[in-house]
Amino acid sequence: MTASLNARNVAAALIVAGLLLLPLYAQLSGNMFVLTLFTRIVIFALAAVSLNLIMGYGGMMSFGHAAYLGIGGYAVGILAAEGIGSGFVQWPVALVTSALFALVIGALSLRTRGVYFIMITLAFAQMAYYVAAGLARYGGDDGLTIYKRSDFAGLINLSGRVQFYYLCTGCLFGGIYLVWRIVNSRFGLVVQGLRSNEQRMQAIGFPATRYRLVCFVIAGTMCGLAGALLANNTDFVSPAVMYWTRSGDLMVMVILGGMGSLFGPVVGAIVYLLLEELLSQVTEYWALIMGPLLLLIVLFGRGGIMGLLGRLHRG
Amino acid sequence: MADPLLRVENLVRRFGGIVATDNLSLDIAKGELHAIIGPNGAGKTTLISQLTGQLSPSAGTIHFAGRDVTQLPAWRRSTLGLARSFQITSLLPDFTAADNVALAAQAHDGHSFYFWGQARKEKHLRDAALSALTRVGLDHRADVVVSRLSHGEQRELELAVALATKPQLLLLDEPMAGLGSTESTRMVKLLQELRREVTIVLVEHDMEAVFALADRISVLVYGRVIASGSPAEIRGNEEVKRAYLGDQHVVTRHG
Repeated sequence: MTASLNARNVAAALIVAGLLLLPLYAQLSGNMFVLTLFTRIVIFALAAVSLNLIMGYGGMMSFGHAAYLGIGGYAVGILAAEGIGSGFVQWPVALVTSALFALVIGALSLRTRGVYFIMITLAFAQMAYYVAAGLARYGGDDGLTIYKRSDFAGLINLSGRVQFYYLCTGCLFGGIYLVWRIVNSRFGLVVQGLRSNEQRMQAIGFPATRYRLVCFVIAGTMCGLAGALLANNTDFVSPAVMYWTRSGDLMVMVILGGMGSLFGPVVGAIVYLLLEELLSQVTEYWALIMGPLLLLIVLFGRGGIMGLLGRLHRG
Repeated sequence: MADPLLRVENLVRRFGGIVATDNLSLDIAKGELHAIIGPNGAGKTTLISQLTGQLSPSAGTIHFAGRDVTQLPAWRRSTLGLARSFQITSLLPDFTAADNVALAAQAHDGHSFYFWGQARKEKHLRDAALSALTRVGLDHRADVVVSRLSHGEQRELELAVALATKPQLLLLDEPMAGLGSTESTRMVKLLQELRREVTIVLVEHDMEAVFALADRISVLVYGRVIASGSPAEIRGNEEVKRAYLGDQHVVTRHG
């Protein structure tokens, strides 16, 4: 047991150290592309960490999590387009809008279970996708270019590559720490208990839906933050970030890395996006290689990569 | 008789064309151990599930401690002091025994919207869990994950979880189901101690245990109470013999 924990802790420590030292490596080697790539990875890792909170710990298989990426992104993009460039306005709006969206769709979706929950969250995200595609004033289908990144009054300059990278990494670590606190709190135990056996939890006196809903809102808000970061990273936001395949990507990252493990989604995001990057350099049909690879990991590596690491030391 | 702790009046539950609970009325007095027996399919578990709120009745009312709880959801009834154990063990399999009980204690310690502090380090919850585990003799297994406990231990844990909610009324759905003879003896001894503190409704097939424990027995057949009384009265009741005891030769004493 302790050995397995150690292998996973070592992996987590390596990730933290690696992410923190990456800009140094980029600068020394002169390979700034790696920084760009990892900024993107870190942002998706944050989104995956938030999805893991509801999916891994809460047992809520949301298939619409990318909607918050779009909502956070459009909050930044639309405000920028309307001449409100301050991050102190843009970002709180991004978070609050994501939270409200999560509250509404959560209140409706959480009446269902299993496959129906998957389908209804998917449907809501697709609705958000089509709404965004219909926003003619903000680029519609083509998306919206953001000409100026969020302005934090000289506190931090988002156009500085390294500064922006560290902001994203800080948000990721903050998100992981938050999830860690939540998972071990009274609230977190209730949510995990509901995943384990809802009937039992109700019988001992817990109203299931309200705890699940609050968890759903926390995860949505956190992903909205990732959306605001992503829009700033690409200087662009389009309906495509909300498309259902994006939600699928996030799910794959979580499952690949290890559902219900703290650093699993980070590992998943790194492996998934690195593979995508490397394979797409080799062949245009990279998805043909990626697909079977994922299949193998899901089939033989239950608990994802973090689960494999856990078993490594036991065997 | 004073006001009963639990009063069930004209309860009806239909599943399609089947009437599982048929105009059933039942009073449970405070402090008694009331056993409910009946052949398979008599509607015992259906009745328990309606009492605790997992199922809602088609008609009729349930009053608990003077309050109409017929429309209340399961979790509300639990906070009022109604606890149950399940016929088919229903625990949190990937949590430790102590976690299972501590969560039950937590459920009755205000709301759980605390996001920061570490719940497993809250002393009064852990203490409550440990004392409930000690009651059922499981304290030495506190840190074992439920899925690794034996069946008998899981049955005892069910009881500890119910106790940790500090119930006024304990509804036990076949607590001896699947237990070996030594385990059964332990369970009977445990129930004998518990009955001094809490009112118990016991659904059980083990007739020896029922007649040893019960103050009163109600016999359920086809969703109806066909007889209700002391163990001696039930033993002597002709209708019961015909409908249930004699039929299934459960009580072999009469040869």
